[in-house]
Amino acid sequence: MSDTLSEKAYLTLVALSAVSALGILLAVILFLFAFGGSALSADFIFNNWNHQHIEQAGVLQAIVGTLALAVGVFAVSVPIGVASAIYLTEYARSTWSVRLIRLAIRNLAGVPSIVYGLFGLALFVQLLALGTSLLAAILTLSAMTLPWIISAGEESLKTVPLAYRQGALALGATPWQTIRHIVLPQSLSGMMTGAILGVSRAIGETAPLILVGATFFMNGLPTGPLDKFMALPYHTFILATQHADPHAKSYAAATAIVLIGLVLMVNGVIFYYRYKIRKKTLGEIR
Amino acid sequence: MKRLLVALILSVLLIGCTASQGGAPAASNKLQLKGSDTELQMFAALAEEFKKTNADVDITVTGGGSGTGIAALINGEIDIADSSRPMKPEEIEKAKVNGIEPVEFIIARDGLAVIVHPDNPVGELTRAQVADIYTGKITNWKDVGGNDDAITLYGRQSTSGTYVYFRDTVLKADYASTMRNMEGTSAIVDAVQADKTGIGYVGIGYLTPEVKALTLEGQNPTDKAAVASGAYVLTRPLFQYTKGVPAKNGPTHKLMLFQLSAPGQKVVESTGFLQVTSADAAANEKQLARIG
Amino acid sequence: MKISEKHIRIFFQANGILSVLVLAGIFGFLLINAIGAFQTITLGEFFGTTWNPTSYVQPQWGILGLLVGTLLVVAAALLIAVPLGLFTGLYLSNLASPRVREVLKPAVELIASIPSVVLGLVALLVLSPLVASLFGLTNGLNALTAALIVAVMVLPTIASLSEDVFSAVPDAYRQGGLALGATRWQVLRRVILPSSLSGIFAATMLGLGRAVGETIAVLMVAGNALAFPHGLLDPVRPLTANIAIEIKEVVTGSTHYQALFAMGLVLFIITMAFNVLAELVLQRHMKRLGA
Repeated sequence: MSDTLSEKAYLTLVALSAVSALGILLAVILFLFAFGGSALSADFIFNNWNHQHIEQAGVLQAIVGTLALAVGVFAVSVPIGVASAIYLTEYARSTWSVRLIRLAIRNLAGVPSIVYGLFGLALFVQLLALGTSLLAAILTLSAMTLPWIISAGEESLKTVPLAYRQGALALGATPWQTIRHIVLPQSLSGMMTGAILGVSRAIGETAPLILVGATFFMNGLPTGPLDKFMALPYHTFILATQHADPHAKSYAAATAIVLIGLVLMVNGVIFYYRYKIRKKTLGEIR
Repeated sequence: MKRLLVALILSVLLIGCTASQGGAPAASNKLQLKGSDTELQMFAALAEEFKKTNADVDITVTGGGSGTGIAALINGEIDIADSSRPMKPEEIEKAKVNGIEPVEFIIARDGLAVIVHPDNPVGELTRAQVADIYTGKITNWKDVGGNDDAITLYGRQSTSGTYVYFRDTVLKADYASTMRNMEGTSAIVDAVQADKTGIGYVGIGYLTPEVKALTLEGQNPTDKAAVASGAYVLTRPLFQYTKGVPAKNGPTHKLMLFQLSAPGQKVVESTGFLQVTSADAAANEKQLARIG
Repeated sequence: MKISEKHIRIFFQANGILSVLVLAGIFGFLLINAIGAFQTITLGEFFGTTWNPTSYVQPQWGILGLLVGTLLVVAAALLIAVPLGLFTGLYLSNLASPRVREVLKPAVELIASIPSVVLGLVALLVLSPLVASLFGLTNGLNALTAALIVAVMVLPTIASLSEDVFSAVPDAYRQGGLALGATRWQVLRRVILPSSLSGIFAATMLGLGRAVGETIAVLMVAGNALAFPHGLLDPVRPLTANIAIEIKEVVTGSTHYQALFAMGLVLFIITMAFNVLAELVLQRHMKRLGA
């Protein structure tokens, strides 16, 4: 009798712990709205930052800056990452080089974001004299996102059955032709969803931006890659810790809501897309 | 679906560009200001006002502390460093080694207030007591006439000009290592307002009704006349250092003229600081004369 | 010149090598500057207890106080996140119905997507006052608050890896246990968990690495005092937060600048050690299970 009771108790404990994860997620969102909901409005999203009259201020520049980062990071890290993934799954023969590259990727994924910041500062800002600019930030964040893109790419490439490749090769196709006409088209959507997820993580980063570039106040929008820019995570950080206005904290929460909204939107779209794909392929197999 | 996303991104970028047409000049006139967090609000406000009559100049203002601005100026990364403390001789040397001559301007005057929680019975301290508290020699409020509570120290980080100024002027020794190094001035205000045993130092522009400014040596920093005349002990000039002598009629020159003009000094006052004294103005005139 | 297969192969290979180059580059910059730092700072000084590079009196370069700060936050965070993460992984792999799984698994992954500045903000606004009132403190910015929020960040890592580990236990083990009359909990406790020990170890190592590297959230709530910490309720300044704070004020090439890179090198080595260890243990574990 006590066995079933303690059995139930243990199982409930396990279940509760798991559900706590859901609870945490909801709590975070609720708290953000509690603190920042009042500051949210259409104006907030579409106005430029107004320093003297914070009630009229908006985070448009930060949104544009963050989107510019997203596009830039995508443009830099995806071609390189996909090409690396292709190399690892389609071309690499020597286990030595494959192991070295995989080791590098694993380690890169674990490097703290502040260390990436130091790297970006030393290489892009100083050595390559790009200064603290949009480009320096894009390159630094791309280095951070690279391991993620490569892993997602590899996973996606592996879903293409070996038989497809062998069939193509048997018919006389070269490795490149096989990749180009058979493997890539099949795995592209998987790679793109992985890439978009990776980029959505990159745009949430703050620490590297402290070192390589975002700014808190500017008059307009960046007009070129060597310009200063504003970004949502950095803006949230400064509002939370340094702005003097009594409403600053609620504005920080509102900015955080915009940022997390952007990230969740991207994740949601990807998730839905993957769900549909899964249903489709499962349906096909049957 | 991909096309949808691309379209979405492009359209937001386009909206962004058109929406702020007024503020996105195809200007080659770009000014980068960086440095003091104390002065951040003031310089951002000044930049905003300046922009109204000089739409072709693009100004970016970043905080991080006076040390950050000075380092960036020495590294040649910015045009103007905002600093709430004077540059040290070694720093000026380093800049010169890099081929940069920092030119000093005084833009405003500031009082530094020592704040405590409003419920703290202590309302007045001597300079020596403040020094002893912050170096850790005095650790309990009862030793200065307050309650029997351990004192919680709040201060800035070493990047802050305020940190350096307070240390070099009041303590003349290192801070106690138990001092919490807050991210910015408003963080200190927030902390002290919630902590009955707390003590902090902030520029008078950051004073709020939720904290109490202590009277030092008979003068209280809320007394503007006392701060302006220098009767209050912790008054200091707020600086800007330009990257070399500004080019005549260039954006830096124009900004400097605006900041030191009557409307500019009004903005200074509106952000909680004080206008420059006549002695400051004379020093500025000397620098401006170098522009020719 | 016609682009031959060989050229294409070299193109892809070059891209592959790029990651190795990036890693080498990171290590290189850290090392060069660290070596520069050690021209002025002795190793003994570096492993001293007080860090005060801008001292009024004499610059001090000891990182031990900061390191202990990092360790306090990380240890406390893992004490919370490991059991929670393991149970979540256990639930997801063995107990949850497919419908619950469809909701819970994405929820856990979503936490990992929340930007750390957002979590730091919530910690600042909610956790910090909570900790202050719970412990009768005048201020809630300390190692404990930082540990709580880092636990939230590390939870998804541990949960998803342990879920993989628990799922990798061969069905035969579980079915065997049930066939012998064991209850569900008994199977979990005496079959699944013991056979996953090294996998659990790997998950913990991975969590450790992630926790050590967290910057922004701890920067916002850890208190950032330079004093050598004596407990969880003291304000601490973890290595990551210290770099983020001081890097902005250093002149390129100065001793302070180089010392911060040396600190970065210490972080790099620590996180790399944890990650490599986790990887090795996990590989061996999975091989043994025949997964």
